Amino acid sequence: MKTMFDLNKIDAQGGGVDNTNQHAQQEVVNVLEVRNLNFYYGKFQGLKDINLNIEQGKVTAFIGPSGCGKSTLLRTLNRMYDLYPGQRAEGEINFFGENILAPGQDLNLLRSRIGMVFQKPTPFPMSIYENIAFGVRLYENLSRSEMDERVEWALNKAALWNEAKDKLNQSGLSLSGGQQQRLCIARGVAVKPSVILLDEPTSALDPISTGKVEELVHELKHEYTIAIVTHNMQQAARVSDYTAYMYLGNLVEFGKTDELFIKPKRKETEDYITGRFG
Amino acid sequence: MSNTPFSKHNPELFKKRKFANALGLSLSITAMVIGMAILIWILTVLFYKGFSEIDLEMFTASAPAPGSEGGGLLNAIVGSLLLVGTCTLVSTPVGVLAGIYLTEYGDRSKIAAITRFVTDIMLSAPSIVIGLFVYAIFVAQIKHFSGWAGTVALSLIAVPVIVRTTENMLRLVPSTLREAAYALGTPKWKVSFNVILRAAQSGVMTGILLAIARVSGETAPLLFTALNNQFFSVNMNAPMANLPVTIFQFAMSPYENWNGLAWGGALLITMAVLTLNILARVVFREKVQG
Repeated sequence: MKTMFDLNKIDAQGGGVDNTNQHAQQEVVNVLEVRNLNFYYGKFQGLKDINLNIEQGKVTAFIGPSGCGKSTLLRTLNRMYDLYPGQRAEGEINFFGENILAPGQDLNLLRSRIGMVFQKPTPFPMSIYENIAFGVRLYENLSRSEMDERVEWALNKAALWNEAKDKLNQSGLSLSGGQQQRLCIARGVAVKPSVILLDEPTSALDPISTGKVEELVHELKHEYTIAIVTHNMQQAARVSDYTAYMYLGNLVEFGKTDELFIKPKRKETEDYITGRFG
Repeated sequence: MSNTPFSKHNPELFKKRKFANALGLSLSITAMVIGMAILIWILTVLFYKGFSEIDLEMFTASAPAPGSEGGGLLNAIVGSLLLVGTCTLVSTPVGVLAGIYLTEYGDRSKIAAITRFVTDIMLSAPSIVIGLFVYAIFVAQIKHFSGWAGTVALSLIAVPVIVRTTENMLRLVPSTLREAAYALGTPKWKVSFNVILRAAQSGVMTGILLAIARVSGETAPLLFTALNNQFFSVNMNAPMANLPVTIFQFAMSPYENWNGLAWGGALLITMAVLTLNILARVVFREKVQG
C-alpha cells in the first residue's frame, strides 16, 4: 500500500503526463486539478489521496473494477455528492484555479459550468424542445428565435436533430433509450459548459447507440473537456486521450491512453487490462 | 424413476399441497364474494330507490318546506359543490407544498418526522372529532354556523390525504432524475417544482381526486360547521346546505317526498364519488404506461 501511495504522488507531480515533451508543442491547460483528494461516505473512505489533472480539450477516461471509486471521483468534480448528507470530500479540486471544494461556492453556477450525463437516460418529463430549453433558460435570457437556434444547435451536436426535428413537441420519454441518452447529452451541451462528465453513458445502450455516443465524444472533445467513467476498457481505449486506472479508492496509474494500454507502468494495471484481474 | 410424473414422487406431499391450495383459494374467493355482494347490494338498493327520484326538478328546485309537495336538491348540490370546491382550493396547495417539503427539503429532519406523525394521526382521526374541533375554535367564536367553517373542517380531512399521497408519489421519482436536474445547475425550488413534481404529476392528481372523493361524502364534520340550510344560498358566511347533511335530515324525516329526495341525493353523491375514483385510476394508469 505504501508504494502505491508514493507512486501516486510522483506520477502526479512529475513522472506523469504533463512533462513528457509537451512543452515544445503548446501550452497545456489543466481545467481541473485534483490535489490530495480524500472522500468519505460517512466513515467509509471512498477515495484515497487522489492527485491528477484533467487537460483542456481532451478526453480523460476512468477505468477500474466496480466499487473502485471512479464514479465517486466523477461526482466530486461537480460536487454532486453534496446532495447527500454524510458524504464529504477533503483536499482540493481546482477548476481553472479556483478550489471548488471551498465552502461558499455557488454550486448551481458550478454545475452549469461542469455538466454531467448519467448511466441511465434521464429525460425530463417535458417535450424534447423543453428538455433542452430548460437548462438554457436557467442562466441565459434568449429570444424565441435564439432559443430555437440553440435547441437545433444542441440537437445537432448530439447527432439527434435529424431524428427529432419533426417531433420537438413530443415528450422526451417517447424517444428510444439511445435517443434519450443523446437528448441528455444535447441538454448538457446546450448550456455550453466547460467540462462534461459522462458517468458510464453507454452501459444501458445497445451497440449501435453506443457507437453513436462514442462518435459524439470524439466530436465534442474539440470544444469541451470530457471526463468519462466506463466499465468497458475497449471504449476507454477508443475514446480517451488519458486514462486513469483506479482500484479500491486509489489512483493506481494515470497516463496517456496509448501508453497505459500498450505499456502499463504498473503490474496491477497490466493485470486488469489484460483481464487477469477484475 | 426419471419417466414417472413428478406427482408420483411424493404423493402425500402433493395431496397436501393440493388441499392447501384449494382451501386458500376458496377462502379468498369467499371473502371477495362477500365484499362484492355487499357493494352490489348497496348499489342495487340505491338505484332501485333513488333512480326514480332523479328528475329535472331535483336539479332545479330547492329543498321543499315541511309538508309541501315536490321540491329538489338544488341548494344542497350547489352548497356541496361550493364547500368541496373551496376545500379543494385550500387543501391542494397546502397538501402538495407540504408533500414537497417532506421529500425534497425536510427529508430526515425532525420537523419532517413530526409532520409525518401528525399527518398519520390526522388521517385516522374520526371525522366527527374534526367537526367538533372546528366547532369549538371557529363556530363557537363567531356564534353561528357558516360555510367557511365547513370548508375548514373538510380541508382538515383532505390535507393529510394529499400530503401523504404527494409524498409517496414524489418518492417514486428516481433519484437519477433529481441528480440530472441538479447537474444542469438548477436551483432547488426549480428542481422540485419543474422536474420532480412534474414527473409525479399524475400520481399527485390522483391523490387530490381521491381526497375530494373522500371529502364530498363526509357528513359528521359538516353537522357542526356548515350545518344545513333550507334555502338556496351562496353566502359562505351563513349556514350552508350540502348533500350529506341534507340526506341525513331528509332520511330521518316523516315526509315521503323528503325520504325520496334523500335516496336520490344518496345515489347522486355515490355516482359522483365513484366517477371521481374511476377517473383518478384511469388517468393514473395511462400516465404510468406513457
